[in-house]
Amino acid sequence: MFRRTRSRYLAGLAALALVAAAAGCASGPAGSTGSGGSAAASTPGVTSDEIVVGANVPLSGPAAAYSAIPAATKAYFAYVNAHGGVYGRKIVYKALDDGYDPAKTPSVTRQLVLQDHVFAIVGGIGTPTDASVLKFLTSNKVPDLFVGAGSSVFNQPSTYPYTFGSIPDYVIDGKVTAQYVKTTLPGKKVCLLTQDDDSGPSYLQGVQDILGPSGLASHEDYEPTNTNIAPQIGAFKGAGCQVIISNAISPFNALAIGTAAAAGLHAQWVLSTVGDDYSVLSTLLKQAAGPLLAGVVCDNFAPLTGDTSNPWIALWTKVAAQYNDNAPVTDVSEIGYMIGYMFTEALFKAGKDLTRPGIISAMQGGGWTSPGLGPLRFSATDHAGLGGLQLSRIEGGKPVLFGPVYTGDDGSGPVTPVTTPPPAPPASGIPS
Amino acid sequence: MKRGGTAARLVLAGLGAVALAWVTTRLAPFADYQIGTGAAYLCAVAGLTVLTGIGGQLSLGQGGLMAIGAYAFAMTENALAGEGTAAQWTLPASLGVAVAAAAAAGGVMGLAAIRVRGAYLAGFTLAFALAVPAATSLFAVFDGDQGLQVALPGAPAFLGAAFSYQAWQAWIALACAAIVLVVLAWVAGGRLGRTLRAIRDNEAAAQLCGISVARAQTAAFVLTAACAGLGGGVLAMLAQSVTPGAFTLTLSFNLVLAVIVGGLGSLAGAVWGSTLLVLLPYAASTLSGQLGLSGAAAQKLSGNVPLAVSGLLLIGIVMAAPGGLQDLLRRAGRGPRAVVRAGRGRAAGADPATSKTEPPAEVASDR
Repeated sequence: MFRRTRSRYLAGLAALALVAAAAGCASGPAGSTGSGGSAAASTPGVTSDEIVVGANVPLSGPAAAYSAIPAATKAYFAYVNAHGGVYGRKIVYKALDDGYDPAKTPSVTRQLVLQDHVFAIVGGIGTPTDASVLKFLTSNKVPDLFVGAGSSVFNQPSTYPYTFGSIPDYVIDGKVTAQYVKTTLPGKKVCLLTQDDDSGPSYLQGVQDILGPSGLASHEDYEPTNTNIAPQIGAFKGAGCQVIISNAISPFNALAIGTAAAAGLHAQWVLSTVGDDYSVLSTLLKQAAGPLLAGVVCDNFAPLTGDTSNPWIALWTKVAAQYNDNAPVTDVSEIGYMIGYMFTEALFKAGKDLTRPGIISAMQGGGWTSPGLGPLRFSATDHAGLGGLQLSRIEGGKPVLFGPVYTGDDGSGPVTPVTTPPPAPPASGIPS
Repeated sequence: MKRGGTAARLVLAGLGAVALAWVTTRLAPFADYQIGTGAAYLCAVAGLTVLTGIGGQLSLGQGGLMAIGAYAFAMTENALAGEGTAAQWTLPASLGVAVAAAAAAGGVMGLAAIRVRGAYLAGFTLAFALAVPAATSLFAVFDGDQGLQVALPGAPAFLGAAFSYQAWQAWIALACAAIVLVVLAWVAGGRLGRTLRAIRDNEAAAQLCGISVARAQTAAFVLTAACAGLGGGVLAMLAQSVTPGAFTLTLSFNLVLAVIVGGLGSLAGAVWGSTLLVLLPYAASTLSGQLGLSGAAAQKLSGNVPLAVSGLLLIGIVMAAPGGLQDLLRRAGRGPRAVVRAGRGRAAGADPATSKTEPPAEVASDR
């Protein structure tokens, strides 16, 4: 009996010691105020020499390829810091790993907001991951800027006024590809391939907005976990598709194009911004890449990474050489550099006296130099982001841009060409 | 357990609760969030440790039951909140619905448990753990991978505007965990607990004594499921959102891991196990951040260190201290030699086949 009592005391003491240690270690400045309110009376994450921002990114797990995005953003911020920062403040970027798992994102985001007291979330990646923290960020009034995801759920200024997207959403993408098909390939049978998640209905909405509710001969979905898409290709062949619009990701586009060719289905492929990474497509199709990819039309929102004469690509290449271990500028990392540039631009627009409401006003005000092919759509009623899309055709083993840059909205408005040419970056590579 | 000690225990428990509540207000908000998450996992882990340790049934479906509880909580809360901010009473109401929904699912699992045993039961619960999150992509009402946002009431007015919302949520989570622990302790020490141990040790003999095996096992599954449902509802409340990605197969495995590492059949072990579940990823990412590695190496490390550490820990515990951390602590109270003996696999209650030689009092008093 005595032994048992003693061991119970030991267990109890161990528990108390753990709790006391936790209280001692974890209670920082917030603990001392007792109420857990914000540590500083002024804006969180902003001091006289630093701006601390953070993001939830997939550094591990199935989407680890997207880790090139925060690496690029960090490199661009290092470039800005080396040239004096923003009004004398250096940008500190904390990209924490959530493994593309919406279970981990709430914890990671709370760590950034409640413990690291970041000024804003910049470049959070993934639709399911970022969607799981929308309410938390909104109720805590944390700016959620340049979300790296294509869902229009992030463009709801009335419900989520602090959330702003970055890359064009699936609706406008669908409208632009459908507009191309309608004007240059009239009278042909058009089919649609989408991924079996929220992106599918959004893309379908965009396509049907232009082609009409009965404009599609066939619409097939694929599961990203199932690499056998022969049934979907079979359905397309049965419907006699002459044009296939696809919002699949690049590996599945390669699979689809290859499977269709093997099945004897010869159609004009039109790929969305999500699945037209030429390096991935050509690597997966191997020797067949040349003939199979020739003439494939792709949708783009940013300068082609192979176009080294483009001043933006030259800027990113320079930043990569100095601050990103000379990593190649790919379709994925380009997004990271663009997010870094746009956020720096927003910081300069917000002024020296940096506050959270101030950055929101700066985001909604105009006057941007867009690093994309078209202008930025940000306004008080539109939180979407890059709004310009241009088509390219694969010729001679590489994509070549053609036609005008188009812009539009998420509603039923038309797709219109942009008349002003895209601006070049400032000489220093840093906005002012 | 002497009757006269109950009052003293209650007073002690009350003082402990007050101390814990006070501590949460002194901690940083993120630490409060972690405590809340730990308490949510504790509900599920405690239920599972009773089912597996005392009932002898291995369930790999605890994550799926948490998912049912979480979605039931989210949908009820959203329905009750309507357009404006939710009222305070909606929280316990939604948590009640979460418990009921999960308990119903547990009843279904219990019906299966009557008919299958051992590895086949584990396989059935595994299928359950996989099927439940996948079902969310079948019906539009669950909004697929994106999940649902939960409309929650704020902290109650009487606490004042400056009171940390995370501390309030931690209080709710800890209260739920306390209820679960009390209920499980009461059940495990009572008739159902004895019945389950009898069935675990020798089912044929138990049946000969007139015990209804089917009824006891179904009751055990319902109880465990109710605990998991409460844990899932609390998780949904803390995260303010519910997604199928939060309740994958990995969660079910992690809950079993927590049970084993903490100590099979021990409620105090469930506390250690759930603490580990919360602290391990956090400690690993902090560690890899402090190591100051180059970008690429840090990226590779930060995602995989928690997995590696939990794997190593599991191997270590199973080899060196099969009774889990709680058993290790208990033996530490008897001196270092008892700790060494733990490593030789003589843990109480860990393996029914070998524990027959242990004095029965040892088995009956696992806490």
